[in-house]
Amino acid sequence: MPFKQRLLPSNALKKIAGEFGISLALLIEIIIFSQLSPHFFTAQNILNVSLQISITAIIAAGMTLVILTAGIDLSVGAMVALSGVVATSVLLLELPFAMVFALALIAGLAIGACSGALAGIFITKFNITPFIVTLALMTIWRGAAYMYTDGRPIWGLPEAFSLLGSGRVFEIPIPTIIMLAIYLFAYVILGHTRFGRHLYAVGGNQEAARLSGINTNRVLMQVYILCGSLAALSGILLASRMNSGQPNAGLMYELDVIAAVVVGGTSLFGGRGSIAGTFIGAMLIGVLRNGLNLLNVGSYVQMVVLGVVILLAVMMDQARKG
Amino acid sequence: MPALLEMHNIRKQYPGVIALDDVSFELRPGEVHCLVGENGAGKSTLTKILSGAIRKDAGQLLIDGKQVELHSPIDAQKLGIGIIHQDFKLVPELSVAENIFLGNEPIKRKFPFIDFRKMREMAQATLSQLGEALDTTAPVRALSVAQRQIVEIAKALSRKVRLLAMDEPSATLTESELKNLFKVIRRLKSEGVGIIYISHRLEEIFEIGDRVTVLRDGKMINTCNIAEADRRSLIRWMVGRELENEYPKMTMQRGKEILRLEHLHAGMVQDINLVLHQGEILGLAGLVGAGRSDLARVIFGADRKESGKIFLDSQEIHPTTPRHAIDLGIGLLTEDRNRYGLIMQMGVKENISLANLRELIAGPFIKKKKEAAMARSFVDNLRIKTPGIKQKVEHLSGGNRQKVVLARWLYAKSKVLIFDEPTAGIDVGVKYEINNLINQLAQDGIGVMVISSDLPELLGICDRIAVMCEGRLNGIVSRDQASQEKIMALATGMAEELHDAV
Repeated sequence: MPFKQRLLPSNALKKIAGEFGISLALLIEIIIFSQLSPHFFTAQNILNVSLQISITAIIAAGMTLVILTAGIDLSVGAMVALSGVVATSVLLLELPFAMVFALALIAGLAIGACSGALAGIFITKFNITPFIVTLALMTIWRGAAYMYTDGRPIWGLPEAFSLLGSGRVFEIPIPTIIMLAIYLFAYVILGHTRFGRHLYAVGGNQEAARLSGINTNRVLMQVYILCGSLAALSGILLASRMNSGQPNAGLMYELDVIAAVVVGGTSLFGGRGSIAGTFIGAMLIGVLRNGLNLLNVGSYVQMVVLGVVILLAVMMDQARKG
Repeated sequence: MPALLEMHNIRKQYPGVIALDDVSFELRPGEVHCLVGENGAGKSTLTKILSGAIRKDAGQLLIDGKQVELHSPIDAQKLGIGIIHQDFKLVPELSVAENIFLGNEPIKRKFPFIDFRKMREMAQATLSQLGEALDTTAPVRALSVAQRQIVEIAKALSRKVRLLAMDEPSATLTESELKNLFKVIRRLKSEGVGIIYISHRLEEIFEIGDRVTVLRDGKMINTCNIAEADRRSLIRWMVGRELENEYPKMTMQRGKEILRLEHLHAGMVQDINLVLHQGEILGLAGLVGAGRSDLARVIFGADRKESGKIFLDSQEIHPTTPRHAIDLGIGLLTEDRNRYGLIMQMGVKENISLANLRELIAGPFIKKKKEAAMARSFVDNLRIKTPGIKQKVEHLSGGNRQKVVLARWLYAKSKVLIFDEPTAGIDVGVKYEINNLINQLAQDGIGVMVISSDLPELLGICDRIAVMCEGRLNGIVSRDQASQEKIMALATGMAEELHDAV
């Protein structure tokens, strides 16, 4: 240990290299694609990328909080579907649009929050590991979404609803704006509030946090509720973009989301990581997909490339810690 | 007879620091050679080189007078070098026998299967060689720390070790377990095994050692026969200066009563009656498992009391959570600060402010400037050695980590502070500082309870010492009447007649 103290300068260098490493990887990616495709580095395409990543990136913000507490939430993909079909079904009610819209939002978000609360209860009161709890919830919510819709999509939504997912304000897609707002909010929460501090403490060492007077169970409950709500919000946005409620929406989203968080440098063991990292991680994956699309790379090859990039990114992160 | 091991002019450099500088060391067969020094003195680097885990940069290593190069731990094993690390390398779910022969399992002659019966028999034989009887089929997770240590030694022995290095083997042992360990060591000695014994506890070195080598800052300070050394000179060599008084004691005015326990029951804690005053340092002695930490956790609200009363400032309190106790002004510096005290990945300042963030809140936000100023003042006042308040605690030394925890409780404005093994694993020099701080706290009117297995330390710094045995309070001895013998007698429950002396 005492050696490490004196080793500080090189440690700090390593850390900087590591943290910029992922940004650096993003930058390199952008430069390469700019060279390869004239359509890549245009304002329109950048906005497109931001729109494409917004759905998973919003969930990834919530997932970052969960993973920082050394937990995981596998139910987010199923929640996207469930909140989507519930919200769209509310939209079909014969009421003024403003009212059904508000009701749909509330219903969708409430379901997400309840799912998070349920996960939190099983994790804190019954001491079941988050992986198992949310794995169970994943299949329960997916099944519930199919049951609720009889396995058929919900169509015929009011036209105005599609504005939420497809509308633009000053050319900027609304989901992009929502995503940026959520990241700003999460950044402030994590870095500047007591809740954020407690969250890192719980993730770093739960028992020490408890013995320092932190209500660790409450922190965990709040974290899962936030994550569930953000997944539900994404579900509503996705439903709006598709202009329908799809019970099979969000399939495998949990893996995309976890990939973004991990590529962004957050440790699955908790206590280490940042929301900015997750944003860059989501960008890295989004830009990769978009660039490969522009280059007409087939989707099978894309999957392989994506996997390789995830491995490389996490390898860099390990080197930083090593 | 050539020496078993000779190390000549060993040098090991890490970027920015020389861990070992021209160190020479010799071990004879059947000898216990103690290695002492503060943390960072180079003891572990030396054992790591010997275990083949790291490679020396320069110098020679001779076994039986023949020069050898250790490229990997396997080389070291082949030469009969065994290392017992502080944190044991055992697999908890495997049985005693399986652990002893891990990676070295006896195989049936005809089939490539493990011969479990033979393995059990061999394990039994090895254990009886150590004079130990353990169930060889029991999983290691069910064993006590002392028993695990025996398994480690048996593991080394089963590989025909001739040279055994033990890193802080006594750190978590009770008195009687330690006696047993010494018995085992003596037995190994008589069989010609050379033993390198690393420990912070100097009493042990005088009891078990034949020779002692002192390292400081990577340099060899001295090697001599144990008979030629005394405690004072050892400390001087280790610290590099004279310590006036190993256990500082300031006399202070005992203030009014601050904490009172009446007939407290909780789990193994049975019927505790105890009073703590402001400005008093009350020691809590007892064997490991006597219920001292349990008592501390109950007072701190980490565990619930079953019956009995706790009074703080003459008001009855019912601490149900640590938060509650903290708000009332009670702080607990837990045993094993790394596991229960610190958030390793967080910085010094975040660790200090953790229990009292509400002081630093404006609306929903943490006042970062105020937090930084607060942390800086604690770093200065407690002389925490850190490159900055943002430094992650995982990069600090044990003593400085302890100071960070202490700062947390001072910032939380504790009126009663309970220290559980405050100086375990801490160097002599920093230990002195911590004990000094404990004194100052008492002088500032804080009621201090100190749980420690280090009796000389308790005798040195406490005004009174309460002794627990199997969950009960077996007696309270005042400073002028206390002696190691008296406390041990109370702690082992062999001194009913002393009961009246309270």
